[in-house]
Amino acid sequence: MAEASRSEPGARLGRAAPYVVVARSRLRAQRSYGTSFAFDLVGSLMVGLTELGEVWVVFHNVTVLGGLDFSAVLLLFGLSNLGFSLGDMVFGHIDNIPGYIRTGTLEAFYLRPQPILAQLMVSDIQLRRLSRTGVAVAALVAGLVVNDIDWGLSTVVLLVLTAVSGVAIFGGLFVWAGALQFRLVNGAEVTNSFTYGGSYAASQPASIFPTALKVTFGYLVPVVFTAYLPTLRILDLPGPSLLPSWLAWLTPVAAVWVWGVAVLLWRDGLRHYQSGGG
Amino acid sequence: MRVAELRSLALLARAGFRRESTYLLAMMAGLFTNVVFGFIRASILLAAVDSAGGQLVGYTRDTISAYVWLSQGLIGAVMLTGTAEIGERVRTGEVAVDFLRPLDVQAAHLATDLGRAAFTLIPRGVPSVLVGAVTVGLVMPTSVQPYLLGAVSVLLGVSLSFLTRFAVNLAGFWIIETRGVTSLLAVVQGFLSGLYVPVHLFPGWLGALAAATPFPSILQAPIDVLSGRVTGADGLRVVAVQLVWVVAVAVVGQVLIRTGRRRLEVQGG
Repeated sequence: MAEASRSEPGARLGRAAPYVVVARSRLRAQRSYGTSFAFDLVGSLMVGLTELGEVWVVFHNVTVLGGLDFSAVLLLFGLSNLGFSLGDMVFGHIDNIPGYIRTGTLEAFYLRPQPILAQLMVSDIQLRRLSRTGVAVAALVAGLVVNDIDWGLSTVVLLVLTAVSGVAIFGGLFVWAGALQFRLVNGAEVTNSFTYGGSYAASQPASIFPTALKVTFGYLVPVVFTAYLPTLRILDLPGPSLLPSWLAWLTPVAAVWVWGVAVLLWRDGLRHYQSGGG
Repeated sequence: MRVAELRSLALLARAGFRRESTYLLAMMAGLFTNVVFGFIRASILLAAVDSAGGQLVGYTRDTISAYVWLSQGLIGAVMLTGTAEIGERVRTGEVAVDFLRPLDVQAAHLATDLGRAAFTLIPRGVPSVLVGAVTVGLVMPTSVQPYLLGAVSVLLGVSLSFLTRFAVNLAGFWIIETRGVTSLLAVVQGFLSGLYVPVHLFPGWLGALAAATPFPSILQAPIDVLSGRVTGADGLRVVAVQLVWVVAVAVVGQVLIRTGRRRLEVQGG
């Protein structure tokens, strides 16, 4: 350990050094298996394309869904998928904690003097998910071009706020999922309902949801902040009951809420964990 | 000899059923997530039916709701995840043990998977449909025939899903790492089988593309038969198409397992 931290990259990067070293090695490792990585990139691209395809198939049959037309939905889809794919890339593997517990990997994280969450984050950043981000960016750019948008400083600020908060919200939800895995080793699939389910809900016009779902995805698992509310604000559309469009400006507050819960759950999970010995 | 083989397969099916039943908590977790996704999907498709004026490619609010909840109920059984145990056994070389048994490898794995699928229908399948019926409302056929033919159709759909996963996982004989191929299968299969949007909503060319694959026979066909969307001669035709795919994909699997076997190298032992 001591030798490693005095090595070249460590000297320049200070406290972040161990993370950078691990992340770099993970990224290098993924690229070194060329064929498999290429397949993964194609797989991730197909995930993005089929999700967009599902939306498109619905709009092949109807012109308006939940008050949004297809151009508006492109913007919605781009924003939500940008946040989700980046959040998933950095944090998505954290909910694999049952696997880490089973193989004893988690013990190794406990032994090192860095925060476990930070170590887990950099332990397996999934570059293959980048092609999904590509689909999201393409949809977002298309959405920004085809819609009649009143461009101004506030639009740009809102877009940046949304992009950053979206990654934070989805990343935080993956931390929720990871933290709950300490307790849910056998029922881990529950957390898919707010990670993947949250992403699915985020890419829909929330006005179509019954009240219970509006409240759930509006205020408890606040994914409507990652795309739906900003889309309404940017296109100057009114929001449905319970979700007025001015809420779009509170997107950072939603991110803070998600991370507040994430930190509490994570601490509780770590305390709950008892090693399998060995 | 034949009777002994059938008995072994029945035992394997029972083992698959019992193995699955030990993960009851995991089942409940799966059901919960199924229901959440069901609510989201139902919202989208109900909004689409409303937006289309109450009638969307033959679907009404009640029948699209039946489609959503039947598909949520069948997800656990047909398991559109792309992975199969055989892939892992090929990778680790454990498949060599399978070859030593006096049973056909494909038939043995199929029997175990049918047992697994049969169990998932109890804690995941039926409750999903019930939740949909209670919360959103749906219509199901009132005559017996759709359910009888539907049972056959579900059996064929589950078998076809397994045989497809089995065949794709055998790629492991030629390429070591199958995760890429299997995850690609999962994505394409999910979309073309009608998991998110009914295949009937696809535009012409995409519908033709889907029909050229076995995927709609895995999920859309059983839903169509069970929900009474296709009845009588049409229902029989749908099931016949499923049967043709089952036989075709089973043959592909047999060919792959035979050629793959010759490539198999097992270390030590």
